[in-house]
Amino acid sequence: MAEAGADQSHGHHMDPATEYSSSKLGMWLFLGTEILLFGGLFAAYAIFHARYPEMFFEQHLELNRTMGAINTCVLIFSSLTMAMGVSAIKWGKQKTAATFILITIVCGIIFGVVKYFEYSAKFEHHIYPDTSIFFSLYFLMTGLHMIHVFIGLALLAVIFVLTLKGKFNAKYNTPIELGGLYWHLVDLIWIYLFPLLYLVG
Amino acid sequence: MANHSIAHNVYVPFLEKKGFLSWILTTDHKRIGILYLVSISLFFLIAGFIALLMRFELLTPASDFVDPHTYNVLFTLHGSIMVFFFIVPGLAASFGNFLIPLMIGARDVAFPKLNIASYWIYLLGTAILLFALLKPADTGWTFYTPYSATTNTDVVLLTFGVFVLGFSSILTGLNFIVTTHKMRAPGMTWHRLPLFIWASYATAVLQLLATPVVGITLLLLITERTLGVGFFDPAKGGDPILFQNFFWFYSHPAVYIMIIPAMGVISEIIPVFSRKPIFGYKAIAYSSLGIAFISFLVWAHHMFTSGISETAAMIFSFLTFLVAIPTAIKVFNWTATLYRGSIQLHSAMLYALGFIFLFTIGGLTGVFLGALAADIHLHDTYFVVAHMHYVMIGGTVMGFFGALHFWYPKWFGKMFNETVAKIAWFFVFVGFNVTFFPQFFLGIQGMPRRYASYPAEFESLMALSTYGSWILAFGILIMAVNLISGLISGEKAPENPYNSLSLEWQMPSPPPHENFEEIPQVTDWTYGYGKKKELEV
Repeated sequence: MAEAGADQSHGHHMDPATEYSSSKLGMWLFLGTEILLFGGLFAAYAIFHARYPEMFFEQHLELNRTMGAINTCVLIFSSLTMAMGVSAIKWGKQKTAATFILITIVCGIIFGVVKYFEYSAKFEHHIYPDTSIFFSLYFLMTGLHMIHVFIGLALLAVIFVLTLKGKFNAKYNTPIELGGLYWHLVDLIWIYLFPLLYLVG
Repeated sequence: MANHSIAHNVYVPFLEKKGFLSWILTTDHKRIGILYLVSISLFFLIAGFIALLMRFELLTPASDFVDPHTYNVLFTLHGSIMVFFFIVPGLAASFGNFLIPLMIGARDVAFPKLNIASYWIYLLGTAILLFALLKPADTGWTFYTPYSATTNTDVVLLTFGVFVLGFSSILTGLNFIVTTHKMRAPGMTWHRLPLFIWASYATAVLQLLATPVVGITLLLLITERTLGVGFFDPAKGGDPILFQNFFWFYSHPAVYIMIIPAMGVISEIIPVFSRKPIFGYKAIAYSSLGIAFISFLVWAHHMFTSGISETAAMIFSFLTFLVAIPTAIKVFNWTATLYRGSIQLHSAMLYALGFIFLFTIGGLTGVFLGALAADIHLHDTYFVVAHMHYVMIGGTVMGFFGALHFWYPKWFGKMFNETVAKIAWFFVFVGFNVTFFPQFFLGIQGMPRRYASYPAEFESLMALSTYGSWILAFGILIMAVNLISGLISGEKAPENPYNSLSLEWQMPSPPPHENFEEIPQVTDWTYGYGKKKELEV
């Protein structure tokens, strides 16, 4: 890896303050593109909801509101613990930060398990993505969201291990903050999905 | 900022290191630029060769050289490769990578590792494309439903490849935006930035805003074929027009992702070879952003005959005319820069002048197509094909060739043969016009696009167009040979062969690994030509 080593000056060429603000700007831009990605699905939702209001009303009753509500609470709570993790590391408390990140991860896993039971129940009732426009939207929107939950969990797992190893402190904690931003986005999207699919119908 | 390799104060050109790994693992923006340059040039030649095959088929009215299905596959591949693999990454990824840090006085882009990761993603996309060639799609590069949802060719792989490329495009754009905001040298204020940077910035904004939408659109098309989702299928309550809306919401702005960097190149070349300050700097700079903004409001002008409402069509037609304003602002300002300049007809300048001439034709015929009444007649005819190629080849590719000739000495530290370059330009310019100008007439006479055969009455114009494609290909061949032989046996390039005032020319050719020994302190814009005492070139 001698070649790559010689290139290192191109990898670390900013002072920490610029690096921090650049990373944050980059992350916000990326989150913007994520919202646009989901934007296509939200646009499709708006169009088909306007076109088939009865179908949306009738079929949304098939969704399990209780499970959806539980998952909403779990995700909002996980956003809180994530934010507390970020605060903790800014005060230099590595162990507290690691604990909060771990709680966030556990919440994410709970969310996934609940979603697994929801999907299984749908399949048992022979409801699939090609059943109707409404269920296409349901599966695609929650499915794409689920992929983002998994990516978020993977990121948080890495961040958790690095935090335990003491890589982050009050001065340098950009990855935790960026991971937190990403997790909040995952939460935010769900906060729109839940009422649109489970409640409004 | 102190750094071991600078401390020794030895000039190490960035091209010094050899070996495959030193390229594929590099985080140096100049090398990544070369990786993109080589990749997109290859795809340009491949897709150009496919175009030659298509033109050869069209030499005679009957479909005798290839069968109609093969012809459909050929134009799908030509369009998809040219658009997604060559022209969208194109100037932005190759010259953008090379020039942005050099021009703003930085050692690299903001995220060098993300930069090489973007290139790997680009490679992944191309690998998927190669697999897609096993059973190539025949939908055209627009992948219109319902046909794309039902054809038994491999639409899924091709669209998935394009989806992956989208990530590369988004991450590159993100990198460039952050770089422009955070990495400018002291004194490099926004209004001192070279216009190529303004253009790249506007392009990057478009990449971020538009690409995710085509991403989700192609993903929906893939689920349509794999999961049986019916958003675009009328039989399932879906709407094929929705696909067109989604698709053009990206693909119209994408047209400006392709053209705006070329406009930036022209804004750099013209003042250097006119020895005059650029005219209307702020107007050119902000018109790039203006084009980017308006480009999001015009997508349905691709759909005037698709059954959208008359009111919508009228509004979109009106909005489309608005794009002409910032575009014309640029053309007027370039022309005003040329006015009473001491013009040097360097090969790069010839391409820049070619750009202004051809792009004006391309832009004005775009206004014809934006006009509702005219478009009903011209939609999906060769008129559209001609218009699009006047913008994409006459515009973007001319800008690309101009950039190649202009920054070649800086990038590779070698000179090419200028006389041969001019001869190549002549063949490219003439060949291009002979190929595509007849297509305006074909379109007005009603010849639809995308057919392997045609009525005998069109034969003379069709044949003329095919002859033109040979002249064009010959010109590109001479150009390629000239540039490649320059790499092998060209003279060593001086630091600043054209007496340019821009930062990238104030360093050895090729640039040192670290770009700048010391980050420069910028005190003026880069277009102060004719005011300072200048050496004759």
